Amino acid sequence: MKLDLKHGRIDMSHGSGGRAMAQLVEQLFVAAFDNAWLDARNDQACFAIQAGRMVMATDAHVVSPLFFPGGDIGSLSVHGTINDVAMAGARPLYLAASFILEEGFPLADLKRIVDSMAQAARQAGVAIVTGDTKVVERGKGDGVFITTTGVGVVPEGVNISGERARPGDCILLSGTLGDHGVAIMASRADLGFETRIASDTAALHGLVADMVAAVPDIHVLRDPTRGGLATTLNEIAQQSRVGVLIEEDKLPVREEVAAACEFLGLDPLYVANEGKLVCFCAPEHAEHLLKVMRAHPLGHNAVMIGAVHDDPRHFVQMRTSFGGKRIVDWLSGEQLPRIC
Amino acid sequence: MKYIDEFRDGKTAQALARVIAREAEAAREYRIMEFCGGHTHAISRYGIVDLLPDNIRLIHGPGCPVCVLPIGRIDNAIDLALNRGAILASYGDCLRVPASGGLSLLKAKARGADVRMVYSSADALKIAEDNPQREVVFFAIGFETTTPPTAVAVLEAQKRDLQNFSVFCNHVLTPAAMSAILDTPGSVRIDAFVGPAHVSTVIGSRPYERFASDYGKPVVISGFEPLDVMQSILMLLRQLNEGRAEVENQFTRAVTREGNLKAQAMVAEVFETRETFEWRGLNEVPQSALRLKAKYAAYDAEVRYGLVYRPVADNKACECGAILRGVKQPQECKLFATACTPERPMGSCMVSSEGACAAHYTYGRYRDAVVEI
Amino acid sequence: MCLAIPVRVVELLANDMARVDVGGVRKEISLALVDDVSIDDYVILHVGYALQRLDQDEAEKTLALFAEMAENDTSSSLARQAPPT
Repeated sequence: MKLDLKHGRIDMSHGSGGRAMAQLVEQLFVAAFDNAWLDARNDQACFAIQAGRMVMATDAHVVSPLFFPGGDIGSLSVHGTINDVAMAGARPLYLAASFILEEGFPLADLKRIVDSMAQAARQAGVAIVTGDTKVVERGKGDGVFITTTGVGVVPEGVNISGERARPGDCILLSGTLGDHGVAIMASRADLGFETRIASDTAALHGLVADMVAAVPDIHVLRDPTRGGLATTLNEIAQQSRVGVLIEEDKLPVREEVAAACEFLGLDPLYVANEGKLVCFCAPEHAEHLLKVMRAHPLGHNAVMIGAVHDDPRHFVQMRTSFGGKRIVDWLSGEQLPRIC
Repeated sequence: MKYIDEFRDGKTAQALARVIAREAEAAREYRIMEFCGGHTHAISRYGIVDLLPDNIRLIHGPGCPVCVLPIGRIDNAIDLALNRGAILASYGDCLRVPASGGLSLLKAKARGADVRMVYSSADALKIAEDNPQREVVFFAIGFETTTPPTAVAVLEAQKRDLQNFSVFCNHVLTPAAMSAILDTPGSVRIDAFVGPAHVSTVIGSRPYERFASDYGKPVVISGFEPLDVMQSILMLLRQLNEGRAEVENQFTRAVTREGNLKAQAMVAEVFETRETFEWRGLNEVPQSALRLKAKYAAYDAEVRYGLVYRPVADNKACECGAILRGVKQPQECKLFATACTPERPMGSCMVSSEGACAAHYTYGRYRDAVVEI
Repeated sequence: MCLAIPVRVVELLANDMARVDVGGVRKEISLALVDDVSIDDYVILHVGYALQRLDQDEAEKTLALFAEMAENDTSSSLARQAPPT
């Protein structure tokens, strides 16, 4: 019996483990993700262990709205976990995806999301090899929540970790700030502004692979997602017990993103990104790394934004376009549009 | 962005800084209060203090309507949403301010209160129209800049004969607060004022003339961008050096002497001045706030719900009062950066990113301990 | 306080509304507080309302003063800005 993918909706039977659920898995997930592991119809996927150190990462995705310019919760969930794995310098190998679906959720929307995931995974060369589906009663979910877990393998001689930043290190940023967060805000009907800004959601493992091949001894990689670049820099400063100084003039921000931030009273430093990374490396490697980054489509706006120094307070500071200085502190709560 | 980026040019800032440094008389201390929270924010965000000589001291005034909103008023707003079944429409700024009982509007929302963030009073009207079976209250805060939009909403509600819309009015007045600062005994000497930008587009430059004539304090109405602020500081410096006390307008592209008469008329139609109003950190200030006139009582949430205001005192160690009057600096408060942080503000100066303490904590703390980079 | 930005009017709409643009981002706002606004005017926008029209001549004058000062670094030019009101 075929699922009504045009007008059908999720109901409790789709999560009960019976025939309805089998049909959902078969006709939607397995059909879209299309690989031998899923075809085997097991509750787990089996693969040979690669030589080297393994990396594992997991992320839950609860973004609202589900669909936004440049992506959707599906592509976000694939890119997000691939990126977390990649930030260790690892090559992502396999993903698991678990879905919590709300009773009443339209199958057409689910298909759109699953197809988006399939495409993102295919483009990234990473297979979604196992998963799970649950259904919760209407009102107990936000349409759909997706959790993805990924595994990858780290090459020898690569040791990338948040506590490895050292005084003198250069800080590189792969591209423009704030695109994702602003695209999400713009999609919220209640804020009512029109813009062509699209989310930058993307899988960064290709860029990382190029960077690691060029300079195996990169110290830190991280993708500045929630809380923006400011939060990521503060995390690393604290983990590595150092101070950071960045240059405001060097930070790349699209004009439309800057304008949207002006409208809402947001600071692009704190707005989420989903397709950018920040890199800490020894100064002698910076120029070469920048060249390598700029040669990759996801790094063509790469720029050096600052450096690390000794600071027992572990402050992140910024030299403003005025030549004065200010602290770039941790984000305080959620960034909300303001009148003041 | 036109008319924004040009007023943020770094090279011009350096040039202005050089002129200021040249003209500041070495033996003299200049104590300038920048009243408006937006200016506090610009100064902190662009690190303007680093470009000024040490003998120019900028004192952050109480021009931040979220900061000076008493906890008791937020308690009233929370009560409306949590216990009285109203949809509470609020600007984003207020949502996180801690009130009594460990609650904030956001925390009340987590407990089931229908609190909705709006960008505009028009959005609140729309919520009322879309939900005719629910009561909607618009949590109105702000100085004279934000008051006309509330007036428009009330007049619109009347025009559309909305039965389920009211306003919880907490609008406050700038010149009254400036007087309060100057009149309070024990206030530190303030030599001059940087006047608010957008308040002045509405009220004009005229209301500040008494500070020049009666108090002998120069006032320069300054645009919102950092270059505007720096030029205004220079203009104040010159007035002080030359012994003048006048109201000058630096923000000529948006401010006239009379202001926006149409907006003023709408405000005068809908609101009247309260005899007195409590300002967090400043206590009672006469003639400093607005309420809806009796003819608009149907749209006045305080009347509709019989709201009772209960004052809530701040921690005894909180120095906001002294800081707001320029007597102390944030670092001199025992609670600063220890018990009192932006996450856990204990007083008005820490509550929003423009309060003196919050601005210093968020942007300026690096100056407290010297680390040469 | 008073987060307000200068925006360009790109379209006049019914009910005293207008579509404005800053940096390519557009929004519908209310003109209820101002009169005689035309397309390509700049207005100061605050919480969804235009508060005042931006006087572009005055804006250019202010900018010209900055530019002149940045070139000369002299103090006399600034004395010619904004006479006392």
